[in-house]
Amino acid sequence: MKYSESIRDAQAVMMRQDKRVFVCGLGVPAPGEVFGSTRGLKEEFGDKRVFDTPASENGTLGVLLGASLQGMRPIMVNQRVDFFLLALDQLINHASKWKYMFGGRQEMSVLVRLIVGRGWGQGPQHSQSMHALFAHIPGLKVAAPVTPYDAKGMIISALQEGGPVVMIEHRRLYDENQDVPEGVYRVAFGQAHVAVEGKDVTLVASSHMVSEAKKAVRLLMAQGISAELIDLRSLRPLDVQTVYSSVKKTGHLVLVEGDWKPCSVSGEIIASLAEKDPKIFKSAPIRVMWLDMPAPTSAPLEEAFYPSVKDIGDACLKALGISVSMVEESPQEKVKFNGPF
Amino acid sequence: MISKDLKRKFLRGMLRLRLIEERLSSIYHQADEIKTPMHLYTGQEAVAVGVCAALRPSDTVSPYHRSHGWYIAKGGDLNAMMAELMGKEAGCSGGWGGSMHLLDVASGVMGSSSILAATVPHAVGAALAFQMKGEDRVAVAPAGDAAIEEGVFHESLNWASLKKLPVIFVCENNLYSTTTPLSARQPSVDIYKRAEGYGMPGVRCNGNDVGDVYTKALEAVNRARRAQGPSLIEVMTYRWREHVGPNYDWDAGYRTEQEGQEWMKHCPINTLAAEFPAQEVQSYRDEFEKEIDESLAFARKAAFPRKEAIRV
Repeated sequence: MKYSESIRDAQAVMMRQDKRVFVCGLGVPAPGEVFGSTRGLKEEFGDKRVFDTPASENGTLGVLLGASLQGMRPIMVNQRVDFFLLALDQLINHASKWKYMFGGRQEMSVLVRLIVGRGWGQGPQHSQSMHALFAHIPGLKVAAPVTPYDAKGMIISALQEGGPVVMIEHRRLYDENQDVPEGVYRVAFGQAHVAVEGKDVTLVASSHMVSEAKKAVRLLMAQGISAELIDLRSLRPLDVQTVYSSVKKTGHLVLVEGDWKPCSVSGEIIASLAEKDPKIFKSAPIRVMWLDMPAPTSAPLEEAFYPSVKDIGDACLKALGISVSMVEESPQEKVKFNGPF
Repeated sequence: MISKDLKRKFLRGMLRLRLIEERLSSIYHQADEIKTPMHLYTGQEAVAVGVCAALRPSDTVSPYHRSHGWYIAKGGDLNAMMAELMGKEAGCSGGWGGSMHLLDVASGVMGSSSILAATVPHAVGAALAFQMKGEDRVAVAPAGDAAIEEGVFHESLNWASLKKLPVIFVCENNLYSTTTPLSARQPSVDIYKRAEGYGMPGVRCNGNDVGDVYTKALEAVNRARRAQGPSLIEVMTYRWREHVGPNYDWDAGYRTEQEGQEWMKHCPINTLAAEFPAQEVQSYRDEFEKEIDESLAFARKAAFPRKEAIRV
């Protein structure tokens, strides 16, 4: 099952068994059906539970939060993270705080699905991931599933547990394929996943960069280097313990994230490890992240902006004290992506 | 025609609210037992009381920072409010909210927020849930005149009208946002007329006439119950005391005492009380003062949350 289909499936199984669940957002029932992730839902559940909304991001989130206080379990879909920034008042001032502000007497529940774009000239306002922004806020759960299995399991967890959940879905992951169980199962928040076991260096990645890091792991393997790859899956709560156990073993840490370095999740991991055990590092941790500027548009500039598989491999070599540029990315490893999305 | 009994209900509702707010203002800084920014409702009583009289207990309101009036008028528990103002565990929000974040779900008081217009979409969402579940309930979204300037207010009207939701938007136009007058913030288009652009009725009422507020609110509520969609009601009213805090602020320079006196002369409570024997009014006064004494005693006696209650 494709990633997009697993998202669709998760929403469908929950809507079948839970009348409180409904899904809305600009383009949800429209042609394209949010890259297939809401395909057929309107046909099965009707236009009262699957519907378009006005373009008002903040108003819509507020409406859904108000509905959640009357027992509903809404899903809000945004085709790009960037537009959702208009809804930060409802997300940060309200959804995240409600349970605390009222002493636990009431909680707002919403699953906000946000899609990240990359490449094909999408430019600075169609390609932000905003991991750090969301992960900074207490009271939110922030998921960034990479596999179809995790995407379905985390959507089900979000809808069953309630509370405000932001799910960051990278568009480049939408065609990833994997066997996904039918029916209901859960993947917990706050648990990272060791995607590849290894012993020489720890690679911590999230979202789309997990699949890029996987390619780097293969290239390193060809060089006789065994990298352990951790897929964070959940950006809040953050599973520092799994990273700690790995770095305890390898002593070397490289973090790969589609976001900017300052105040980042990757920076938070380094800080948490340093607080916990400053002697854990045999070499200085290295972050492989975006340049500290808004994303450019033209193809050569994009190529310079986004770290490559080679950059990830080279960072691992550097951490291990091996002279750089041993890793070469084979042409077939390069992502083929045809726009506009 | 509004019956004598209904008028009595209005009078009692407004008087009780006035006495609560005035008591709070008199004790606010005295022993410093209330440590929370308080936006008093004195002068605006006819709005919440008039609107809530048109509602059923199962209907909801989603108030904003000037929350006491809506909380009390909708039937919120007075002891729990006083305890909340004192930061006690028995407070309606367990001491986590304070004056700006009151809640009484059983009475239909949904949580209030301090961010302008932020609870307006919450009321629209409540109405959406009522519609989806086929429940015969309506939601009220109170908002001040500055909330009308927020984008989310307009987003909410658009949403509600599009889906024909059972929600009533109530703008309490008290002419000032903190100290900034309406004329510095909005073009001179009457607020209630903005409703037309969203395809819903808009009416204005006299906020010193509780009967006028009630009658127009009831019309909007009936419309909503008949699935005819939302309405906007603008109520002209006046906040007697400062924006936040217990005092009069005539010397602050943004409004004149003369303007205030003019509004006070038309006090909605005095106007209505004149229709009742002085003795009867006095008996209500005594009754409410006693109730307030008791609620304050309850709040003072109540325990603070334990520090151990702070957990991630």
